Amino acid sequence: MVNWPLEIVRAVLLTAAVFTFMAVVAAMFGVLLERKVGGWIQSRLGPKHVGPQGLLQTVADTIKLLQKEHIEPRAADRAIFNTAPLVVAVAGLMSWVVIPFGTLGDRVLVVRDLNIGVVFFAAMASLTVVGILAGGFASNNKYALLGGLRSASQMISYELPLAMALIAVAMEAGTLSTVGIVEAQAGWFGSFAFRQFPAFVIFLIAATAEVNRVPFDLPEAESELVAGYFSEYTGMRFALFQLGEYGEMFAMAAMATTLFLGGWKGPVLPGVVWFLLKMYLIVFLLMWVRWTYPRYRLDQLLNLSWKVLLPAGLVWILITGYRVTF
Amino acid sequence: MTLGLTHFLVLSTLLFCLGLFAMLTRRNAVAILMGVELMLNAANINLVAFNKYVAPGALNGQVFALVVITLAACEAGVGLALVMSAYRNLETVHVDEINVMKW
Amino acid sequence: MGQLAAFIILSVVTLVSAVVVVASQNIVRSALSLIPTLLGIAGVYILLQAEYVAGIQVLIYAGAITVLILFVIMLTEHGTGARFRQVNEQVLPGTIAVAVLAALLMAVFFGTAWPRAAGTLPQYTATSIGTTFLTSAILVFIVTSFVLLVALMGAIVIARRER
Repeated sequence: MVNWPLEIVRAVLLTAAVFTFMAVVAAMFGVLLERKVGGWIQSRLGPKHVGPQGLLQTVADTIKLLQKEHIEPRAADRAIFNTAPLVVAVAGLMSWVVIPFGTLGDRVLVVRDLNIGVVFFAAMASLTVVGILAGGFASNNKYALLGGLRSASQMISYELPLAMALIAVAMEAGTLSTVGIVEAQAGWFGSFAFRQFPAFVIFLIAATAEVNRVPFDLPEAESELVAGYFSEYTGMRFALFQLGEYGEMFAMAAMATTLFLGGWKGPVLPGVVWFLLKMYLIVFLLMWVRWTYPRYRLDQLLNLSWKVLLPAGLVWILITGYRVTF
Repeated sequence: MTLGLTHFLVLSTLLFCLGLFAMLTRRNAVAILMGVELMLNAANINLVAFNKYVAPGALNGQVFALVVITLAACEAGVGLALVMSAYRNLETVHVDEINVMKW
Repeated sequence: MGQLAAFIILSVVTLVSAVVVVASQNIVRSALSLIPTLLGIAGVYILLQAEYVAGIQVLIYAGAITVLILFVIMLTEHGTGARFRQVNEQVLPGTIAVAVLAALLMAVFFGTAWPRAAGTLPQYTATSIGTTFLTSAILVFIVTSFVLLVALMGAIVIARRER
């Protein structure tokens, strides 16, 4: 019999720990890294003045956002308007429940090793779009609504290739549990980045589209739609959208690490260090792409998903099935 | 009182009746589709509950629940395509205003 | 005991948001409250040891079908939820019919002694579901795949603008 009070306390503590970790590491450090990498690629310096080398810039930004007035547009649907950022933030952070960070002794550091881990991850990634669509609708602003609709069509389209990549990996590993998938990879050439290379590429492209980053940032294209679905959001609610977005982006990078790069495995250094190294490698890749490529058009974006990635994913699943069976 | 089959059956009955009510009273075709989704979900709860409490030896209930979810996705896709088509041709999505056989 | 409490909480969430789905005069609100309903049902599946079905429920129902519904509402309602009258003249007959049906179903459910076959659910159901789909339920699986394909093509053909 499960000890319910103990379970609930444990769940609350773990959630608080993971959310704090995410808020600090992903959102704060992530924003700083984004600006520093952007500055480096464009031969600028990036933030420099707050703290040593601009390290405290995000802290200052967060304090500024916390102090700001929270403005609700008069014609907005208030209940939905206020709930939407929470949905995005919670769904973005919930993806972290199934991600194994490393090992401590012979225990695996993971909030919950669900036996449907990969399905859970895909489900949480797909819930984000609901918050975005609701926020876009409730703002009662045509740019926000257009951003929300764009994001819905984009995220629904790219969920399918993402799921194809996940299915191919789960087939080869023979399990849906994330810990099981990490344990199925051994050594450099045993990692799924080599054995499942097409799935890796499909996953990276689809993940970039899922988290609305350049070259797939149509939902928030600031030169066309002001800021898309969060045009009307101010203060902490805006920060929650950003937190959800960065949380989701880091979750995608962590999932790519778990599924394809062998998770916490690596020589000499402890597991957590390897995990963070690999995760930041993927994050850096995403940032590199962001500051290098221009934005896609909506029809090109949908064509890429439905006419290239989805057929490629299906063919790769067939090949994987053949390899696993025979 | 422990959790038994009847609890789940009562829940699914209430959900089914709410879905049926939406189907009977709503004018908007999309709202009627939402009622259908509620009814399908009620049926799914029954399938999974019977699987656990009446025939736990096999997984046929869960398998059929998955089939129902797949068919619900099909139904939503085709139904919403019909709604869009009706809106484009007749400029309404209210089923009591869609009353001409041919335009 | 804990399970019963969990069931009651999940049922309340499910039913309250289902009532909002059915009764709200704002169509966007009723579509959005479909999401807590479906998530509550996913929780009920977890109580019934069907965690794979629960995952698929969240992925397909809450993540895809609801978004599709919201998408169509926003394209057809001029971006607002509350411009039109949402219910027809059948509220009273509908209520009576639904209440009678509920009473009948409850009577049947409480009056029947359900048999109980031997056996236990497997601990890890995803693999067993796959095995069932590819052995004893293979016909269902193939027919469902065809229905999915036909529905895909049908949706594209119907929704495409005629030139």
